[in-house]
Amino acid sequence: MKLLTHNLLSSKCLKGVKVGYPLRIVAKDVKISESEYNMEFVLKMIPKLDWKVLVNAAEQIGHGNNLPIELIEDYEDDEELLKKIHHVLMEVEVINGELICPETQRIFPISAGIPNLLLNEDEVS
Amino acid sequence: MKYFQYLLWFAHEHVPFRLIEIESIASALKIPIKWLEPPSDKPWYLVELPSEEAVQKLSSRSVTMRRAIQLWADELTVPKLHATLKEKCLNGILEPYKSKSFKVDVDLFCNSQTQEEKLERIESFSYMPFQGHVNLKNPDVIFQFIEYYGLDPNTAPEYPTRAFFGRVVAESGRTLIHELSLKKRTFIGNTSMDPQLSLLMANLGKVSNGDLVLDPFVGSGSLLVAAAKFGGYVIGTDIDYLMLHGRTRPTRKQTRHIARKDESIEANMIQYSCVDKYIDVIVADSALPFWHNDVEFDCILADPPYGIREPTERIGSKESLPIVKKEGSPVHFPSKVEYGLNEIIKDLMRFSSKHLKLKGRLLFWVPVFREDYEETHMPRHSCFKLIGNCEQVLTTFTARRLLVFEKIKIPQDSDECSCTIPSSSTFREKYFTHGNENRLTRKQKKAIAAKNKEIWFAKLNDANVK
Repeated sequence: MKLLTHNLLSSKCLKGVKVGYPLRIVAKDVKISESEYNMEFVLKMIPKLDWKVLVNAAEQIGHGNNLPIELIEDYEDDEELLKKIHHVLMEVEVINGELICPETQRIFPISAGIPNLLLNEDEVS
Repeated sequence: MKYFQYLLWFAHEHVPFRLIEIESIASALKIPIKWLEPPSDKPWYLVELPSEEAVQKLSSRSVTMRRAIQLWADELTVPKLHATLKEKCLNGILEPYKSKSFKVDVDLFCNSQTQEEKLERIESFSYMPFQGHVNLKNPDVIFQFIEYYGLDPNTAPEYPTRAFFGRVVAESGRTLIHELSLKKRTFIGNTSMDPQLSLLMANLGKVSNGDLVLDPFVGSGSLLVAAAKFGGYVIGTDIDYLMLHGRTRPTRKQTRHIARKDESIEANMIQYSCVDKYIDVIVADSALPFWHNDVEFDCILADPPYGIREPTERIGSKESLPIVKKEGSPVHFPSKVEYGLNEIIKDLMRFSSKHLKLKGRLLFWVPVFREDYEETHMPRHSCFKLIGNCEQVLTTFTARRLLVFEKIKIPQDSDECSCTIPSSSTFREKYFTHGNENRLTRKQKKAIAAKNKEIWFAKLNDANVK
């Protein structure tokens, strides 16, 4: 699971959970892979992201990459920053670990890089 | 600069998809098209395009087109075509290509030719002042000659009703169809979408560089491969844990006895060198809301399960107070309940109304029983405008339709959504029984027809005798 995906997922499908965001990450294995930098993609992605959640998630798993706590306004022209963001979004991957619901502490396992968000029959609202 | 017309020359398949494909690509690439002839079912479109570069961009993505040709002559008969071409050669149309290596391709639509006839046709252009060598393998320029004999091979005339000649400007994206062939793909499932239709979906979805694309019923990821090939960054979800982990029963008959190994959607992405565009796949039930509220996709593509080869299921229990049994495996496999096709589609549309960008496209297939088909049964939602509804015939009785929607407004609580495909609850049942029934009625009909014929002949003989 890439940190980009983490930024988009919630646990609000659980019965009784209202927001369920952000999910806490427990990373057992982290893999750093290479992915070709694509400026257009990063620029399209940034407005869709919750910036603070991204920075926190990256720090939680030890790959903070010196991202600024607040996103600077003219990020479009800062190629160095865009490349850093691309790295955190697409190149840091949790292979084995857990996603944890912030409200109920329900654990969603990540195995072979694939998060399992399936609920049990009795958790469906 | 001289202004030229272009002929987009198509392969004769998936005809209903042609126009919407070309329009979608042009719109995604922001290329204006001027129609010189209203688009028809004939295997070509005559257009004016702003530049040769635009033509190349357009054709390199199309999978219904064969190639694009800069039109030099377009006449109703072959002799007239030669006359026009001779005149144009005198005016120097061939000048820039005169000394280059070349070849001439000949296509006959609705007719066939022997090798000798083909050579004869090529030789008929010998008046053109070529100076370069003929090079069949790797020529600098390719010329295309086309004879059109109508659309119906049973009533094809002796002479062509239209003839074209021109210079090939661009080949189409059809080479991708072979490149993505399911035969050589690492990981396939029982219902993997064939590459041409997957690519077609990505084109109709206007997938462009850097787009965020979702397939909520991802299966073995065929649609993701196509979307990634056109620059989309892809995410897929599926309820089937074993499928996403590449541990289902092997699909290929020859290797049924060997368990899958290192098979996954990611492996496919690596195979086709588009792993840079692969974000993630997630095991999740698309009937449940697990995306963060603000998530917005640029395009949503899906081939939902119809209940024929993949079950239509969601998490649930038939018991009112479900008890989760403890299992030996570390992964819990929740029990599932039937999830009707109409419900799947309505949920998909409601989901997309929230999570698709404005003007973004939602595409999915629905199965239809051809004789029951009515447009009013098709899904609709007040946030979406239906812009494409193309039929792919599967058998005499069944077909599937690709519906293309564009999001036209922000969702509200008052939004209405309906989908009443009659076959959806019984499609499976009908699918397996309808054919038999019909074979029987066909037999009966034949018997009645034969009897009537006999009676008619008897009457005729009677009359003759009298």
